[in-house]
Amino acid sequence: MFATVMQYVLYLAFLIVLAIPLGAYIKKVMNGEKTFLSKILTPCETAVYKVMGVDSEEQMNWKKYAISVLIFSGIGFVFLFVLQLLQGVLPGNPQHLKGVNWDLALNTAISFITNTNWQAYAGESTLSYLTQAVGLTVQNFLSAATGIAVLFALIRGFIKVKADGLGSFWVDVTRIIIHILLPLNVVVSLLLVGGGVIQNFDGANSVALVEPIAVSQDGEILEDADINVSSNTVKVDGQVIEDAKIVTEQFVPMGPAASQVAIKMTGTNGGGFMGVNSAHPLENPSAFTNLIEMTSILLIPAALCFTFGSALKNKKQGVAIFTAMFICLVVAIACIGVSEQAGTQQLAQNGAVNISLVDQAGGNMEGKEARFGIASSSTWAAYTTAASNGSVNAMHDSFTPLGGMVTMLLMQVGEVIFGGVGCGLYGMLAFAILTVFIAGLMVGRTPEFLGKKIEPYEMKWAVLVCLTTPIVILVGSGIAAMIPEVSESLTNHGAHGFSELLYAFSSCGGNNGSAFAGFNSNTVFLNVSLGLAMLIARFVPIVGTLAIAGNLAKKKKIATTAGTLSTTNGMFIFLLIVVVLIVGALSFFPALALGPLAEFFSNLM
Amino acid sequence: MKTKNAFVDKKMLTRAIRDSFVKLNPKTQLDNPVMFLVYVSAILTTGLWIFSLFGLKDAPSSYTLAIAIILWFTCLFANFAEAIAEGRGKAQADSLRAAKKDVEAYRIASIDRKDQITTVSSSILKKGDLVLVKAGQQIPGDGEVIEGAASVDESAITGESAPVIREAGGDRSAVTGGTMVLSDWIVVQITSEAGQSFLDKMIAMVEGAARKKTPNEIALQIFLIALSIIFILVTMSLYTYSIFSAKQAGIDNPTSVTTLVALLVCLAPTTIGALLSAIGIAGMSRLNQANVLAMSGRAIEAAGDVDILMLDKTGTITLGNRQATAFIPVDGVSEQELADAAQLSSLADETPEGRSVVILAKEKFNIRERNLTDQKMNFIPFTAKTRMSGVDYAGNEIRKGAAQAIREYIENAGGVYSEQCDQIVQEIARVGGTPLVVAKNHQVLGVIHLKDIIKQGVQEKFADLRKMGIKTIMITGDNPMTAAAIAAEAGVDDFLAEATPEGKLSMIRDFQAKGHLVAMTGDGTNDAPALAQADVAVAMNTGTQAAKEAGNMVDLDSSPTKLIDIVRIGKQLLMTRGSLTTFSIANDVAKYFAIIPALFTGLYPGLAAMNIMGLHSPQSAVLSAIIYNALIIVALIPLALKGVKYREVPAGKLLSSNLFVYGLGGFIAPFIFVKLIDMLLVAFGLA
Repeated sequence: MFATVMQYVLYLAFLIVLAIPLGAYIKKVMNGEKTFLSKILTPCETAVYKVMGVDSEEQMNWKKYAISVLIFSGIGFVFLFVLQLLQGVLPGNPQHLKGVNWDLALNTAISFITNTNWQAYAGESTLSYLTQAVGLTVQNFLSAATGIAVLFALIRGFIKVKADGLGSFWVDVTRIIIHILLPLNVVVSLLLVGGGVIQNFDGANSVALVEPIAVSQDGEILEDADINVSSNTVKVDGQVIEDAKIVTEQFVPMGPAASQVAIKMTGTNGGGFMGVNSAHPLENPSAFTNLIEMTSILLIPAALCFTFGSALKNKKQGVAIFTAMFICLVVAIACIGVSEQAGTQQLAQNGAVNISLVDQAGGNMEGKEARFGIASSSTWAAYTTAASNGSVNAMHDSFTPLGGMVTMLLMQVGEVIFGGVGCGLYGMLAFAILTVFIAGLMVGRTPEFLGKKIEPYEMKWAVLVCLTTPIVILVGSGIAAMIPEVSESLTNHGAHGFSELLYAFSSCGGNNGSAFAGFNSNTVFLNVSLGLAMLIARFVPIVGTLAIAGNLAKKKKIATTAGTLSTTNGMFIFLLIVVVLIVGALSFFPALALGPLAEFFSNLM
Repeated sequence: MKTKNAFVDKKMLTRAIRDSFVKLNPKTQLDNPVMFLVYVSAILTTGLWIFSLFGLKDAPSSYTLAIAIILWFTCLFANFAEAIAEGRGKAQADSLRAAKKDVEAYRIASIDRKDQITTVSSSILKKGDLVLVKAGQQIPGDGEVIEGAASVDESAITGESAPVIREAGGDRSAVTGGTMVLSDWIVVQITSEAGQSFLDKMIAMVEGAARKKTPNEIALQIFLIALSIIFILVTMSLYTYSIFSAKQAGIDNPTSVTTLVALLVCLAPTTIGALLSAIGIAGMSRLNQANVLAMSGRAIEAAGDVDILMLDKTGTITLGNRQATAFIPVDGVSEQELADAAQLSSLADETPEGRSVVILAKEKFNIRERNLTDQKMNFIPFTAKTRMSGVDYAGNEIRKGAAQAIREYIENAGGVYSEQCDQIVQEIARVGGTPLVVAKNHQVLGVIHLKDIIKQGVQEKFADLRKMGIKTIMITGDNPMTAAAIAAEAGVDDFLAEATPEGKLSMIRDFQAKGHLVAMTGDGTNDAPALAQADVAVAMNTGTQAAKEAGNMVDLDSSPTKLIDIVRIGKQLLMTRGSLTTFSIANDVAKYFAIIPALFTGLYPGLAAMNIMGLHSPQSAVLSAIIYNALIIVALIPLALKGVKYREVPAGKLLSSNLFVYGLGGFIAPFIFVKLIDMLLVAFGLA
């Protein structure tokens, strides 16, 4: 028991220890200050400006900043969409894959420009190497950089007084990629390679199985089969199975996994190199790589909290926001961990199955990798849904109802518990604006946050930033529930089937990208509706955040007095958490009641 | 304008009930989006009930009817809250209207032709017209006295029955239409067109007709609309989820449109939505009761934000009048000689200080009042610029004033300012007194020691304000040393000594540049620029027209301490809104627990475990929740009108105590009351 708890504590401590210095480093990058890497990287940065004709001193107003974001993402979308349609006639396609259907191409293009990495396509069998390399991987960097850039603009909005400019989007994106994402990914890739994650350019391998297995005609593994390889006969219970096939070799995918896994984690992208994502032994072979990958999920989002505080010259503020997120994360991990450890009475089969902790991971091990166990799987599940990452090392579909519910709820609150790189924090700051609004009224003052008055204009956009995700999820899942073909996509029925549907829309509406396994989302309706969900959930908050930033920058700073409500103390942290939870709970209580809660209570009966 | 303190009277109640129905007009309802949602829901369920009579139904007719009726009552309750809040204002407006009847005005062409009177109706008077108003006549419009002096009964607007003096020149020249001249006559230059007079503005303000939504109110409304939209989506998606889940389970859809409409109304922030405008009107009305007239709702809210109070020393911090307590002669002048000169120079000085000098002279040396006309005295009045007053008679020139002013006066005339006097002045100032230097023919005779008496309890008041983060600045014409001594004794945070209108203005600008919000009071024309610059500017009703126009509030009592009350009312207004919003949202948790398990236990029997209130049936659960939802509006009307309790404590403490009462209270209360209503419904066999 103690050892298990210590495992969680270690994971969390590791995260904090790394996030603090990274936060300080990112602040320097944001302001264009000198860092220990400047000597090598700044020339690259200057070169990019020269080639692209970027004016590095430009100060964009919020509209220009927003338009730049939209153009940048728009170009990425068109490129990725066309690339997929044409991949059949383009080089870099040794497997001779056809062009992708328009709806799937649309969904995938949106998925990657929105930093969601929802994968409706079936992994390696749909996309060519070229598409993967110059399409998806490039977007993994660009979409992550976009999110961080928008956050930078918002931070400047808080700092600047009676100013118009929020900095240059092109400069921000360039700096983020060159100074933050590239060096960080080099380090993470090297660590992963060291830990045994594959990194090569070989074609797929075939290896001999230790013991051959037999499968029936329709691909089902025949259990307890008596296999004779030399005579090529298979017997089950003494009966010869005529059309059985003997399998002696296994297909082993190869490729530059480590480098792609690194940006998948650090950029909160989540699109796996392998079909089963980080549950695959070549993508995440050991407890060490698991720790590196898992920590990478939250590293930048957590660091950005400290960046925020230090950029504002108000470190306490950064710590307060971090603490609010951290408390939510710890509670989420605890809920998932306890639920998974306890399993359900159905799993225990009245004691016939030992799910205790003694000498084993215990608990609900269905859908989890034996090499990770409950603690690592639960922590990963919380990390990946708290951040809008979406990679998995265990199948969330097989989690206990309450464990699965927590992952859903983390996405439904708008991915603000750390959230995606940049977008998590700007989402949380929108919630902070709502919080100070309510709290400010309660103490009899026009609400203010960090010296800036919160007026109708800010409220309008903050409300939109906070509520876009719930609106998208509710509308999307509400319509989907009425479509007959959606029921056919479900592998389960009843409450769990509903959970699969809800999870899909929560994942896209939160720009997360993970899925309750088994939900076949590659249909025209789901591709288009989930695509729209991702698009709205990404860009409405971006525009809203920039509008707030632009308006805040124009305002003067209000003096701090004893009548000013502290936004760094325990009370504020508590209120912020309550507001986030209340918005989430009020929006999704009925939906959760019909999904995971119904399943949970049915299990008890 | 002072009204009875009774919370509501019978007449107001009848009027409010009538207005509740009048307000069902869709146009009125549209002003309040949250309540409009309830309104539409009421119409919808009524429609469903009518359809159900013809067999087209998804829920029993009686149940749909019950929901429809409760929804209509919810609308009426919200209307009632607004109507009762308006009631007080309407009663005030009625009495003001009585004062605003058309009267005959004696228009004259110029001051010199007072005999050529044209009698016209007050309603056709134009800006700039001159009118002659005689004793017993009502002043026909707002204006400035340009000739004459008269005692005026202003009780129609101030409620104060003692007459006030209005005279040409100086700071008491403004008159208000609808007030009555009691004695003498005045010539008034009209300063406002008919329909835009002070009285008109006042009527519009107290009636709430001119009430525009304030920025805070708009921001809150945005939040409430957003919540309502979310809840519309929640209920609509719940309908499809329910169909989906029922189909999967192979049973009939357990939710009806009626129930979902009820759920929607329960979840929508109706409590705060219903009371929002009542809170605003009541805030305005509380301000009116304090005899302050705000020119906009915005000004009241700004009052809540103010963190710098610029308070005039006299009347606010010290008991209005300084008293002369000693004559201190210098350079061998006798005390009696000084007293004599001091008395002479103060004869025409009607200020309390001036009078106290005369009294002291009489007490000490029995110097009597002299016949002023005899000696051809030419009195020099005090001005803010010279900061001296005095008298010229028989070739003599007596001046008294602040040490600085007298020194300049003497030195400008080539005289030598007395060293000894300087010491005495400093000594008096050091102990917090006010030295008034008297000079005769450019030579200092001595110093009058004026003493300030600090009001009781001001120190505690300022300490409380400081705790709330409000800094108090004492404004005084005294020299810095005197000011410092009084400031220290009274416990203000800072002071502006030897204050000039320009000094006040630049101080306000400095504070504003540092991000502060400043409140001040003023009455003189020379205060107008500072009043216009301040965030909350309270003009005294006794002040000039210019001051009144520059300020955004008018204090009908002309009481300098009013500023503190105004800040309290402003804060209370915002706090009431915030607290009731929190209450409204916290209520939703219990409502979910009442309705959701009840609805879906048929589908998933396990959900019965979430019916923690143990409500009787799905129908009784929905009915109880929605009845609670309607009744809580009525229950909170008194709170909305009175405002939540206000205490002078730091923001953090205020927040935690309000959160405890309205957040936690709002969370728990519905669990108890919904259960009680459910038990009652079951007991009476209604569900």
